Amino acid sequence: MENNDVRFIQGNEVCAEAALYAGLGLFAGYPITPSTEIAEHLALRLPQEGGKFLQMEDEISSLCAVIGASLTGKKTLTATSGPGFSLMQEALGYAIMAEIPCVIVNVMRGGPSTGLPTHAGQGDVMQARWGTHGDHAMVALTASNHADIFRMTVEAFNIAETYRTPVILLLDEVVGHLREKIRIPEPGEISLVARLRTAVAHGVDYHPYLPREDGRLPMSDFGDVHRYNVTGLYHDMWGFPTEKPEIVYGLIRHLVDKIENYSEKMTRFRKYHTKDAETLFVSYGAAARSALHLVENRRKRGERIGLLELNTLWPFPADIVREAAAKVDFVLVVEMNIGQVMREVKLAVDNPDKVFLANRIDGQLITPTDIRNILRVIHGKGV
Amino acid sequence: MEKCRFLFSGSGGQGVITAAILLAEAAVRFESLNAVQSQSYGAAARGGAARSDVIIWDKPIYFPGVIQPNVLICLTQEAFDKYQSTIRPGGYLVTDSDLVKNPAFVDARRVELAFQKTVMEKIGKPVVLNICLLGAIVELTGLVRLDSVKELIRKRFSPSFHEINLKALDLGAQLLRNHKKL
Repeated sequence: MENNDVRFIQGNEVCAEAALYAGLGLFAGYPITPSTEIAEHLALRLPQEGGKFLQMEDEISSLCAVIGASLTGKKTLTATSGPGFSLMQEALGYAIMAEIPCVIVNVMRGGPSTGLPTHAGQGDVMQARWGTHGDHAMVALTASNHADIFRMTVEAFNIAETYRTPVILLLDEVVGHLREKIRIPEPGEISLVARLRTAVAHGVDYHPYLPREDGRLPMSDFGDVHRYNVTGLYHDMWGFPTEKPEIVYGLIRHLVDKIENYSEKMTRFRKYHTKDAETLFVSYGAAARSALHLVENRRKRGERIGLLELNTLWPFPADIVREAAAKVDFVLVVEMNIGQVMREVKLAVDNPDKVFLANRIDGQLITPTDIRNILRVIHGKGV
Repeated sequence: MEKCRFLFSGSGGQGVITAAILLAEAAVRFESLNAVQSQSYGAAARGGAARSDVIIWDKPIYFPGVIQPNVLICLTQEAFDKYQSTIRPGGYLVTDSDLVKNPAFVDARRVELAFQKTVMEKIGKPVVLNICLLGAIVELTGLVRLDSVKELIRKRFSPSFHEINLKALDLGAQLLRNHKKL
């Protein structure tokens, strides 16, 4: 008997379906391995759902189109990989400054530069945080399995709308191309955040950058009844450029605080066997699959190993990491880069000397055996 | 059940990745099992080495890679030479008897079948070589019913290709049954 509830599709297709579930209105992008299936799937599916699909000439115009469409009231998405993500950094900063909700998927491959198009890496974690210039806060989410790719994609749209900010979804080649079982949630099963629109009537002075008491900024669809300015320059509550120090200060504080002060609300993670753990793995994305594989196997042999899997990378959930690491002897950060999240973990925990890195940077998915061998060395058992 | 790890290997264009996807998808959609399928590929879509990993199990599967396959499938000499040492002791080594020569391997159960020759003789189109292979794999492992794969082929392929693929699937299954009798 066929089970009609489940599908067997790639992680990239799950991401595309989740974006449709979240109410995607426009996708603009330029295909790049290993993210191409997101564009490919949406080229077919988005018009079926009444949305617009645009293939752009490059990634710079892709994010700019996404920003423009978002201003007109649509939920918008682009998907890319490292080289395209580099090109998007300027527009990303603009979206932060102009407070434009949008979602940017980066299916990470090996870098730098064009690097390893068809192989895995997780080297864009710091680029996601600091790739665009200037002080800013950032939201970046990630996932290791299809159920979580769906959940975090919807979450990305919800956070983008709630906080009027771009949100980055950092997937990787392994989870993007992996096929596994997924049950697509029913409508209503995951709550969606709709665009908050202003109640200010036509002809009444509308302040696009005047936060309400709860900090949210109601938007007005660009091209509709209100005329207002949007700029990457420091601006006043009407959106017009200003250099007044008190307004500049107020805006940068607002841009950072609206994310940092609510970081708990954006923090998503999973804990596996952490309660009595003596060794704690901290991992995310494809690497977390290998870490969890090892945890489940070694638990059967009585080893007290646990995993903290991060779904929110930025704002970095330092409190969650500190708490999970408080009672363990060792923390092993499992990732496919030269220690980008490990740096944050070291900053978060009380004793950074007990934090180690288990990594692979050759384009291959780190294996449970790789992790186990590093663990043996840390435990003083040799390889 | 035992976790079953498959490594499909061949050259780009032979369809080993499609065969791997169909096997895993049938397990998930028709047999209520868990499966993961991944593939490694370079820049060449055709002619280069193609590899796909499939794991089928009734429990959650985390690490998706296959390091030691229970079933190693090689459709080219190059693939055989590259992967033959990885096979799990006692596992199945499935090769095409014309495409892979002398697959001498002590600690595996050898299944040498004339997929290509049979497909060319009975159907005359090399494009269904992979489905013929799939028929034999399904019959060999018994994790997925042949009818489930047939149903999946009807759902996934356009109708004009149903007959030729279903025939190839049955041919592969028959090859395996004949092999078992030997």
